[in-house]
Amino acid sequence: MGSGPVVYIFILMALVSVTSAIMMLRSHNAIHSALWLVLNFTAIAVLYVVLNAPFIAMVQITVYAGAIMVLFLFVIMLLGAEQLQGMTGARGNERYHQAVALVLVALLLVGFVILLTQGGVASGGETAVIDSSPAALGLRLFEGYVLPFEVTGILLLAAIIGVAVFSRSKKKKEA
Amino acid sequence: MELTINWYIALSAILFSLGALGVLTRRNAIIVFMSIEMMLNAANLAFVAFARHLGDLDGQVLVFFVITVAAAEVAVGLALIVNIFRSKKSINIDEINLMKG
Repeated sequence: MGSGPVVYIFILMALVSVTSAIMMLRSHNAIHSALWLVLNFTAIAVLYVVLNAPFIAMVQITVYAGAIMVLFLFVIMLLGAEQLQGMTGARGNERYHQAVALVLVALLLVGFVILLTQGGVASGGETAVIDSSPAALGLRLFEGYVLPFEVTGILLLAAIIGVAVFSRSKKKKEA
Repeated sequence: MELTINWYIALSAILFSLGALGVLTRRNAIIVFMSIEMMLNAANLAFVAFARHLGDLDGQVLVFFVITVAAAEVAVGLALIVNIFRSKKSINIDEINLMKG
């Protein structure tokens, strides 16, 4: 997928995204976690640009790092849930659970890497850079994926109604 | 040094595994949620890498759908977390073991 400076961009962004992911998992304050996750999303947006997907990169920044993370921060601050007690402390056999989960995830990771880098995927065969402008992407979306697009609309409607119902029933109980 | 798709797949696998680790180890429901977002994001990275590798836009279209579903999921999930917090005064997933409000 390229050579020269692109390699260094990849290495840098990989370092940033993995480090920010680890810091997200390790920080005790939920707000810090959310901010680390914004960094992670932004680093991946840079990789999207490298991968010839500029529109997806912009959507990543506006929707993921923007809208979704603002929603997260809003809820964290609304609940005052940034440092709730008993969230991270070692309680009884929690250390043991964490060790088991660590081993499981390490195995999962090793399996993933072996499967996806050795078998399964044809690694050669560099293809030409294709037109991935928003216009081309929209054309492809509406030529081949009209039904999924409509279903997505219904899903969003259902989500809106669901959230409205959640908020409404609570108010009624309080009144 | 040549940058092949394997590098992107490996990065995607690492991020996915870190997200899975977060879901399994953290007790704060909001952090668990963020870890799920990270896993979705790792899948998106693999989609875009394959789209570039195969010279096909379909991968990017799929990322579009994944982002939409993730946005809907976050809205509903956070509304649920807010409701749970109001009734139980906690979002520790170890303490949430009843469907009953």
